Amino acid sequence: MAEKEKMTLILFSGEMDKALAAFNIALGGATSGMDVTIFFTFWGLNVIKRNEGGIKSKGIMRNMLNFMNRGGAKRLPLSKFHMMGMGKSMMLGLMKDINFPQVDELMRTAKELGVKFIACTTTMGMMGIGKDAFITEVDSFAGVATYLSEARQSSVNLFI
Amino acid sequence: MKSDITIDCIGLYCPMPIVNTTKQMKAMQPGQVLEVVADDEGIKQDMPNWARMTGNEFLGIEEAGGKYHVFVRKA
Repeated sequence: MAEKEKMTLILFSGEMDKALAAFNIALGGATSGMDVTIFFTFWGLNVIKRNEGGIKSKGIMRNMLNFMNRGGAKRLPLSKFHMMGMGKSMMLGLMKDINFPQVDELMRTAKELGVKFIACTTTMGMMGIGKDAFITEVDSFAGVATYLSEARQSSVNLFI
Repeated sequence: MKSDITIDCIGLYCPMPIVNTTKQMKAMQPGQVLEVVADDEGIKQDMPNWARMTGNEFLGIEEAGGKYHVFVRKA
């Protein structure tokens, strides 16, 4: 069989709607027989932070940042009309109406179908968070060279 | 059209019908026909394209009462 086509996505954003779009495309790729890699960086790391417990870091600035920027698939705001969570719960209601899965469910399905998750170590260093801040489904922790080695062989490459 | 297995995707939107199709196909034998019943119109374009990308054979769509019965044969 010919080598599989590849798709790489950079998820830079930490908002629910953008994460939904990213996982939707990732699932499309994975179900079409592509090797899919999602590179989570900057605010996008919030999508793969674990939902439970606190997240520790060093120093006042980083602790403040991590307090305000807690993250976790269930805590992502909307990029528009969030309205302190009111807009988000309405959107979740609309999604439920059409049986559309939430971010964490899409993420589980993506893992089931073999989508690879890579977390950006530069952002982790800057924000002072360790590997323990993330869900166990993260496959590796790496930087731009790893992303590029995947991306240059990909026929689909998106920045979200 | 006759099928070996039918899955119900009524009320589901993209990408779920394709996700469920993929999962079901993994459990099927080559040559078997899967029938996907859906009501999201996107399936009319999505399933032929999915079949082309995955090498499975798209057999056709039967429309009845706002429902789409989509048939694909596993390669």
